[in-house]
Formats: sequence, structure tokens, C-alpha cells
Amino acid sequence: MSAVQASLKAAAAWRWWEMALGVAAVASFFLLSGHALLLNEIAILALFALSLDLILGFAGIVSLGHAAFFGFGAYVAALFAKHVMPDPLVGLVVAVAASAALGALCSVLVLRGSDLTRLMVTLGVAAVLYELANKLDGLTGGADGLQGVVMGPLLGRFEFDLYGRVAYAYSLVVLALAVLLARRVVHSPFGYSLKALRDNRLRATSIGLSVNLRLAAVYTLAAALAGAAGGLLAQTSGFASLDGLDFHRSADVMLTLVIGGTGYLYGGIFGAIAFKLLHDVISAWTPQYWTFWLGLFLVVLVLVGRDRLIRPWTWWKRS
Amino acid sequence: MLTLLFDGVAYGMLLFVLSVGLAVTMGLMNFINLAHGAFAMAGGYTTVLLMNRLGVPFLATLPMAFVFTALLGALFERTLYRPMYARPHLDQVLFSIGLVFMAVAGVDYFIGSQQQMISVPSYLQGRFDLAAVGIGKYRLFIIVICGLLTVALQMVLSRTRFGSRLRAAVDDPRVAQGLGINVNQVFLLTFAVGSGLAGLGGALGAEVLGLDPTFPLKFMVYFLIVVSVGGTTTITGPLLAALLLGIADVMGKYYAPKLGAFIVYTLMIVILTLRPQGLFGHKASK
Repeated sequence: MSAVQASLKAAAAWRWWEMALGVAAVASFFLLSGHALLLNEIAILALFALSLDLILGFAGIVSLGHAAFFGFGAYVAALFAKHVMPDPLVGLVVAVAASAALGALCSVLVLRGSDLTRLMVTLGVAAVLYELANKLDGLTGGADGLQGVVMGPLLGRFEFDLYGRVAYAYSLVVLALAVLLARRVVHSPFGYSLKALRDNRLRATSIGLSVNLRLAAVYTLAAALAGAAGGLLAQTSGFASLDGLDFHRSADVMLTLVIGGTGYLYGGIFGAIAFKLLHDVISAWTPQYWTFWLGLFLVVLVLVGRDRLIRPWTWWKRS
Repeated sequence: MLTLLFDGVAYGMLLFVLSVGLAVTMGLMNFINLAHGAFAMAGGYTTVLLMNRLGVPFLATLPMAFVFTALLGALFERTLYRPMYARPHLDQVLFSIGLVFMAVAGVDYFIGSQQQMISVPSYLQGRFDLAAVGIGKYRLFIIVICGLLTVALQMVLSRTRFGSRLRAAVDDPRVAQGLGINVNQVFLLTFAVGSGLAGLGGALGAEVLGLDPTFPLKFMVYFLIVVSVGGTTTITGPLLAALLLGIADVMGKYYAPKLGAFIVYTLMIVILTLRPQGLFGHKASK
């Protein structure tokens, strides 16, 4: 085994804190089951942020419209349960497949242009879907949301309960599978080539990487995972609404990811925990104006720098 | 039909004045500023508060809105924006969204979340017919003011020394700096004037567009459409893009009210896919 192979192997090895995170996730299900509803939301947000991390942290695509796939997945899952069959697993697979198809379609749009163009196009796609969902009120329920979705029991045995315990277990398993998948992808040659083209597209092209195909592939994968997150939300809440496609959802997920840190896969999970707790605390304290504190937090986060903010012991050192 | 076209042109001119500052600052420093609408809102609220609380006449509030917003812009540029120029685009997006959130909640807290009403003076109300085309007086007023501003901007950019410095700095800041142009100062002035114009646009548009604390979020997309479709290298690009957007939006809302915004967004995606540099932009030198 050459030195290069060894270093790649070492980079892909399981770390102790990854194991600890897995243990903590399982433990949270048994120990914190009183907060299962909140935990379920955190798991879904983490999955959503993970999908954004794949394109933002690993491929360098700045997207302000990632909610497009989230909301689309939610509507597909809800509609499928309402009109075709109420089984959650089949519904989730359908939602993921549909979102992946949409992602593949949209990936053509993000290949060209500058960051600004890409920002506008992703934002535009989400806005178009929002308008469509709003106008097609016969199908989606318009501004009232899609109501009357009744989910069947999970695996034909576990009914979704009021306290969200089954829902949390379900979301947690899906999240774990998604992390495993993303981890496999990121440590594969494909993952390394993504990082290469994120860092310098020109050089990546000149060593013979087909940039566009790779970007399209990762965009599709990210869309599929975002659709899974949306599908989970619709299935566990029995409801899909325009809110899932709204601009603030795209902004929130980006914030979540940035709090947790981009480009190392677990940023979404830590970010989701921090974001939801922060949201809970601040909105309990000042429900109407909590966006002010969110904004202030963002500004400070960027001005000070995330790395310095989460490492208080570096504050008084000269950089 | 022609009345609609007229309204569309008025709307487009307003959008142009609102977003021209954004186009110039984005071209100059390659900075993605999503908080531009917050300055427009500041101008709108200046006018509303001066009129409704202090009884200042409408026309007198317009220059005040400009000056106040320009000073605000200069202050923000000097303190908060300058460290952001060298950062990645992601940081800039997050930073300016943060500012928008703060502006929205702050105005909500201090002034209230209700829609603000202003009553334009009686000589600007109503409409008259010109060759069977109904022309709203206030719309005409907007077109005249914005038209004059556009001409003045174009003159400043093409005829004055400051204009040539600005254009040089947009083309290549590093070389411009090397030639002894104080790029920071150019940018401070440009940012202030751009913010001031946005404030003036917000003041003029308070009656037409409506004014409430969510203004920066509601119109953010429109400003960005103007800039990305028009390109950031010229003044005429954003102008044409703004007119196109204004006319398309007014027509769309009239003829297909259910599809209005849908058409605008789809059009934007198509244009940007076919011409990523914008309809009228040319490829940046960098």
C-alpha cells in the first residue's frame, strides 16, 4: 500500500466522535423521549442541512433556493399518501425519486454563470415552485396547505403517535442512512474530485475531470436528500404547505449549515441542534422579534468569523 | 393597453432608481448585497414619518429621504461593509441577509407592522387623458423624476472625472488603485449615492409599491432580477432590464393575474440560463 493510499484510507477511517454521535443519537431516543417532537424537527432539519452541505460545502454551489426540493418532496409525499397509498416507506421512496428527477432537471441551470447568476436561478426555481403550488390550489390546497393526509403505520406495525416517538425513530434512521451514504460518497474518488473542482474549477478541468457531469450528479443527490427531508416532514406531521417552499426556509437551512460548519458532513447535525434550540429559546422570549436576534447573530457570526466564535479560548489571542 | 404600458414604464423606472445603486456597487466590488432593499425602506419611512408626524410637504421630504439614506449608507459602508469585500460570496450573502432580518424586525418594533399610508399632494392625484391614453399624474411624475435622474447619472458617469474613475475601478480595481485612484473613497461615495437613490426610490414608491416592514424581503428578488438580468457593467443594461420587468409585471398582473409572478420568475430563469452574464452584460475582465 502506497503512502497516498494510506493517507486516503486514514482520512476515511471512523473517528471516535462519529461513534459517540451515533451512540448519542440512539441514547436520545430512549432518554429524551419526552421531547421527541422537537428532536424529530431537529433530525429533519439536520438531513436538509446535510443535503445542502453536499452542494455548498463540497461542490461550492451557493444556493438560495434549496427549499425547492424540500417543499417538492413534502408535497409529493403528502399527495402520494392521500391519493395513492398511505404506506410511509413507499411514499418516501417516491418523494426521493421525484425530487431527484427535479434536481437532475434543475442541475442544468446551475452549471453556468457566476455566483450571482446561480443564486438568482436557484432562488427563481424555488419561487416558481412556490407560485405553482399557490396557484394549483385544486391539487395542493393553495395557501391553506394540503390537509387530510392520513399516514399508514410504519412497516405495517408502528402507528405514528401524538408524542412523535415513532416519527423521531423513523427520521433518525433515515438521517443515519443518509449520513452513511453521504460519507461513502464524500470519501470516494468522486468526492475528492468534487473538492478539487470546488477549489479550482479551471485546474480541475485541465487534469481531465468532467466538471459539469460531476456537478449535475451531486446536485441530483442533494436534491434527493432534501426531498427525503421534506417527505419526512410531511409524513410525520401529516401536512404539507407553502411554507416548505418559502424563501425563509432556504435561508434558515443555510444558516443552520453555517452555524455547524460546511464541508465536513456533520455541520448540518450540530447546526440543526444549535439552530432549533436557539429558535426555541429566543422565540419563547420574544416571539415577534426573534428574527432581529437571528439577524444580529448572523452579522456577528460573519464579522467575527465562525471559527473564532466557537473557540472562545482564541478570542484574546492575536491572530 | 397603452395605459398599462405607461404604468409598466413608471413601475420600471421606479425599479431602476431603486436598484441602480445595487448594480453599481455589485459591479464595483463584486459584493452581493441582499440588504439593498433595507435602504430603500429607510427612505420610504423617512418620507412617511416626516409627512405624517411632522407635516413636512411631500416634495420637501424627497431630498431629505435621499440625504438621510445616503448618510446611513456611508456609515454602514465605512463600519460594516468594508471588511466584507474580500470575503467569499457565501459570507456576503449571510451577512446581508442578517442585516435584512434586523431591519425588518427593527422597523416592526419601533414603527409597527401595519402598512404605511401616505397621501400625495392633490396636484399629483388623479389622471388625465392624452390621445385616449389614461395617464396617472403621479405615475407621470415618477417617470419624469426617474428619467431626469437617469440622464444625470449617465452624464456623471460618462462626462466627469469621478465617472471615469468609477468606470476604471469597476473594470479592474487593482489596476485603478495602481494608477493612483483612491478606490476605497470612490466606493464609499458610490455606495452612499446608490443607497441614497434607493431611499429616494423607496420614498417615491411608498404610494405605488406599498410600505411595510417586510419591504426589503418582498422586493429583494426584484432588485436582484434587475441586476442579474441587466448585467453590472453598464447603466443602460439595468435600465432596460428594469423597464422590461416593470412592463412584464404590470401586464402579467392584468392579463393573467393568476400567473403574474410565475411568468416573471420563469422569464428570469430562461434569460439567465441562456445568457449567464445578463442580457446586456459582457464577460467580466476577471
